[in-house]
Amino acid sequence: MSEDSRFGLARSVTLPGPLALDGGARLSPVSIAYETYGTLDAAGSNAVLICHALTGDQHVASTHPITGKPGWWTRMVGTGKPIDPARHFIVCANVLGSCLGSSGPASVDPATGTPYAMRFPVITIRDMVRAQAMLLDHLGVRMLAAVVGGSMGGMQVLQWAATYPERVLSAVVIASAARHSAQNIAFHEVGRQAIMADPRWRNGDYYAEGDPPASGLAVARMAAHITYLSEAGLTEKFGRRLQARDAKSFGFDADFQIESYLRHQGISFVDRFDANSYLYITRAMDYFDLAEEHGGLLANAFVGCKRTRFCLVSFDTDWLYPTTESRAIVHALNAAGAPVSFVELSSPFGHDAFLLDVPELNRVVDGFLRAGEKG
Amino acid sequence: MSELRPDLAVIADHVKPGSRVLDVGCGDGELMAVLRARGCDARGIEIDRSNVSVAVGRGLSVIQGDADTDLVNYPDKAFDYAILSQTLQTARAPDKVLEELMRIGQRAFVSFPNFAYWRVRLSLAWGGRMPVTPALPVSWYETQNIHQLTIDDFRAFVRERGITVEQAWFLTGSRRRGAAAANLRAEHAVFLVKR
Repeated sequence: MSEDSRFGLARSVTLPGPLALDGGARLSPVSIAYETYGTLDAAGSNAVLICHALTGDQHVASTHPITGKPGWWTRMVGTGKPIDPARHFIVCANVLGSCLGSSGPASVDPATGTPYAMRFPVITIRDMVRAQAMLLDHLGVRMLAAVVGGSMGGMQVLQWAATYPERVLSAVVIASAARHSAQNIAFHEVGRQAIMADPRWRNGDYYAEGDPPASGLAVARMAAHITYLSEAGLTEKFGRRLQARDAKSFGFDADFQIESYLRHQGISFVDRFDANSYLYITRAMDYFDLAEEHGGLLANAFVGCKRTRFCLVSFDTDWLYPTTESRAIVHALNAAGAPVSFVELSSPFGHDAFLLDVPELNRVVDGFLRAGEKG
Repeated sequence: MSELRPDLAVIADHVKPGSRVLDVGCGDGELMAVLRARGCDARGIEIDRSNVSVAVGRGLSVIQGDADTDLVNYPDKAFDYAILSQTLQTARAPDKVLEELMRIGQRAFVSFPNFAYWRVRLSLAWGGRMPVTPALPVSWYETQNIHQLTIDDFRAFVRERGITVEQAWFLTGSRRRGAAAANLRAEHAVFLVKR
């Protein structure tokens, strides 16, 4: 298998499509950037699909090409970790609409020879999942031992179970929800308005100028980043401490540590992310409502999942996707008769906890995955 | 694996292999693990977060939840057995929990410490203090047991509700007791009930 050029790091494939999208458009061709780790066993029974969050990417456990930092989930994925290339054949793809190699607004529209920009069709979480399924077909992966993801990745996991229940044996949904709440949509709208209010956004056609709406995107990221943390975590980490000074400036410099932290988060984000992709992916999340697709009753989404095991994890300080959202999913899974585990873990780090060092999270995911492998 | 708590051992011995089981208040899943080894499809609910993460880490299907509020989400007769071990007396509304148990399971196992056990009576009658015994090991101010009951209370309760007792086991420590004067002589009890 090692000679098969489909497998390994920094791979990409362009499939002819067309991919029929929820919004009615048909996308063709469809490019997907992805990475694989480990080896697919002869029975094809050890594949694990990892779904990334809003601004994540396929570099789940490899060095990021732009930032030079380690992969975003090296705490969960790697030798001796719960998702282990020694045991698993791991696939992680850049989602449709993103900007790290998969088809998105920065891709060239074959019809015009210029970037799609806002002419890229609006996509949904289900469209992302359909694109992942196309990739797995291309890789020859029929069954998934597990689909695993946090935040928007968790939405994709739920969508996978609902759309392709016969292909998913286990589903791990961390710090996520089955729908985007009004509050979630509200925060996203603030981010989008910040981008679109930047004069350099130019209705999305900024690619030729090489002068993207970096200020707007940085503000969007700053606002979003606050929602990923918790008040307790912020207070513990920053409090009201001043940054590199002894006294307030009585101006609008970043006097407080939290201000310079957020500015840094915003500025470093624009180096690795495309503003239009941010618009499209946040929109996909806003449209996500798994119950709505199934007659308004969430349990109906899981009627095909009698064989799919679920594990849900929430964090007690996550106010973006609070525990009540996970509980609603658990109740629906119980009503549908699907086997489900659920635990609310304690962490001071808010929504971001799923990316951080929470040993209990690793223990839960590891135990859950291994129990499925025994069967 | 350490030895099962005596009431759990009774339950484990009387659940038919291969059954579908819901363990309400399953702790860290010790009974579920035994049942799973006997081919049962075991699910659990547990209120304590660290117990749940231990159980899930063992690969058990356990959800963090509250028996008082979360049982309503399970379909009718979804399980062959619903199990409530040492949990009835901690419920805010034990009567409602028991009704849910009868709805969800074809049968239910219920175990609880007997507040009419003679040592408990002695402690209260002679010592004038709330009892602290092996079955009731915690002082009054920190106990989770807010609805103490006796074997005779349970018998009367199920009779009123039209619930049939199929079998009953009475224990003092790990020793079995006969049904004679169980209300006085047994430290805890296990009932298998059906509606």
